[in-house]
Amino acid sequence: MTDQTTVAQSPSGAAEPAPPPAEEAKDARVDPRPKNNRAWWLVLPVVVSVAFTAVIPLMTVVNYSVQDVFSPSERIFVGLEWFREIARDPEVRGAFVRTLLFSAQVLLIEIPLGVAVAVAMPRRGVSVSVALVLVALPLLIPWNVVGTIWQIFARGDIGLGGWAINNVLGVNFNYTLDSTDAWLTVLVMDVWHWTPLVALLAYAGLRSIPQPYFQAAQIDGASAWATFRHIQLPRLRGVLTIAILLRFMDSFMIYTEPFVVTGGGPGNATSFLSILLSKIAVGQFDLGPAGAFSLLYFLFVQILCYVFFTVLTRSGR
Amino acid sequence: MADIRLEGVGHSYDGGRTWALKPMTWTWQSSRAYALLGPSGCGKTTLLNIISGLITPTTGRIWFGDREVTGVPTAGRNIAQVFQFPVLYEEMSVYDNLAFPLRNRKFPKKEVDQRVRQVSQLLGLDQVLRRRSRRLDPGRQQIVSLGRGLVRPQVAAVLLDEPLTVVDPALKWTLRSKLKEIHRDTGHTLIYVTHDQTEALTFADEVVVLNDGAIVQTGPPAELFLSPTHEFVGHFIGSPGMNMVPGEIVGDVVRVGTADVGAAPDGLPAGPVRIGVRPEFVRIAGPDASPGAAATVTGIDRMGAYDLVHTRVGEHPVIVKTEAGSACEPDAVVCLHFPADRTFLFRDEVRCGSLAPLNGRGPA
Repeated sequence: MTDQTTVAQSPSGAAEPAPPPAEEAKDARVDPRPKNNRAWWLVLPVVVSVAFTAVIPLMTVVNYSVQDVFSPSERIFVGLEWFREIARDPEVRGAFVRTLLFSAQVLLIEIPLGVAVAVAMPRRGVSVSVALVLVALPLLIPWNVVGTIWQIFARGDIGLGGWAINNVLGVNFNYTLDSTDAWLTVLVMDVWHWTPLVALLAYAGLRSIPQPYFQAAQIDGASAWATFRHIQLPRLRGVLTIAILLRFMDSFMIYTEPFVVTGGGPGNATSFLSILLSKIAVGQFDLGPAGAFSLLYFLFVQILCYVFFTVLTRSGR
Repeated sequence: MADIRLEGVGHSYDGGRTWALKPMTWTWQSSRAYALLGPSGCGKTTLLNIISGLITPTTGRIWFGDREVTGVPTAGRNIAQVFQFPVLYEEMSVYDNLAFPLRNRKFPKKEVDQRVRQVSQLLGLDQVLRRRSRRLDPGRQQIVSLGRGLVRPQVAAVLLDEPLTVVDPALKWTLRSKLKEIHRDTGHTLIYVTHDQTEALTFADEVVVLNDGAIVQTGPPAELFLSPTHEFVGHFIGSPGMNMVPGEIVGDVVRVGTADVGAAPDGLPAGPVRIGVRPEFVRIAGPDASPGAAATVTGIDRMGAYDLVHTRVGEHPVIVKTEAGSACEPDAVVCLHFPADRTFLFRDEVRCGSLAPLNGRGPA
């Protein structure tokens, strides 16, 4: 390579001795050694596995979303028709608003509650392990079992919770008939199931605050609230960002628990996007609309996560 | 403002098996600048935290003037404390950081502003008042922490726990003299914890030397240097520290090996002693000057402003600080003279007397 450049230069520059050093310097910047690119092979396993598990399935969905599939051999290209239809569909819109509302409520309840639980948890001694195990317990239960537990727990006839509300509090409660009751049941179930995650993350965050910060707060005469507001909360920013993202994604895509408890009902009171989507895709086998629906769903989750992340990290600077 | 009195105060972190701070009685007088000097782990910070109330001592009682504060929590003690590493309210501006201790105590807005501006001017923070504190470099952050300690008027004491560790050396000198200035102006009682003797000696009216959880000596800087009452103070203060040579009292003379180096003070029983003398005061004389101990020169450090002559008396190293350009050569045999008024005798690490002049007795 070096030789060639010098040769190419020689017809014009042979008379003057000055240019060669400049040429050499230029060549020195472009590393003349042959590059060994074999390390790229190390990336191959990841590329292959991601392609098989994510990219190719996703492309299948993209493929469905622009076609009307009658049977594996009979399909028509319909362009963005399904996207338009899904975006206008009142049932989808209803489910969208419902899911968004659900996620908002989940975040508004679980984040403050989780932080409060974390602050209240003991810092040292045997009680730490006891508290950690108790708090972590709901996280260890599989989704559909959580659904089953609450499905029975909230029943007015044989469920302890439902029975107590009906007979001790004297409030008429029936989640199979009343949409508000059904909504509350699903919401409380999610709070019960996932607040521990927020609490554990926040607890870890709180534990990492060095002792002198609390000592300085005492010296400065800060009240418990001021200590929380100016020392603990700012230092929880990182873990709370993660907690908010996880809880948003999870709650926005919630499926199993409401499916087990209410099946989306009564009516469509607890029919969230995922439940509607599975009805269209698996129940009615409308692959085109379901593909378009999935992509819009996916896109929305991505965008909102990005917004959350950007806002939360920017505000800290 | 009042004296801070510790009555039999001691602290143990393991339920009394070992003392981090051995029970002690000591009074911090109002308006003085103290340096608390000692090696790492000697109990300095424990002592400080006991005064500020962050730790409740295992035994003993604490008085601020006539008021007993042993059980009073930190917030009720009116003490300011600055920690070794900057502790800031990171999302607040520098101004808000400085104002925080005052706002918590419900000072009127005008006074808060006035105090904050006063302190920021004193510490040279005027340009960064509106900046977010976490964006400052660590040195500046520590100055802000320092400011938070100084912003409250009429504190009982300002406790500084090695506050200049993270500040770079050039700024250290400025800040230390600023602190002295502030102390002179405000008359706060200052207790400054450090393991750096230069810092302690330049800063304080009185130095308290702590070792193994006990006070070993207190006094003005010069006294600690010239007249240590404990071997530890001898080592720890001075650079290099005091020479310690094992010797023996035989009859009424003090001997090193076979050489008489001076007379024993009256009333000191015969037996082994350790002879302590600072490198600054040892004099090198010719090989057969007397009284003195024969020594072999092992090396010379030419430090520029002075020379350090390393010698060996028998098995024991003795360092002599001489003027620059010392004529000693390695392997030369010299005679070391220990001046009577600057040479002390120690038994069990505690000073038991000082060397007396020989008055022509002993071998001539």
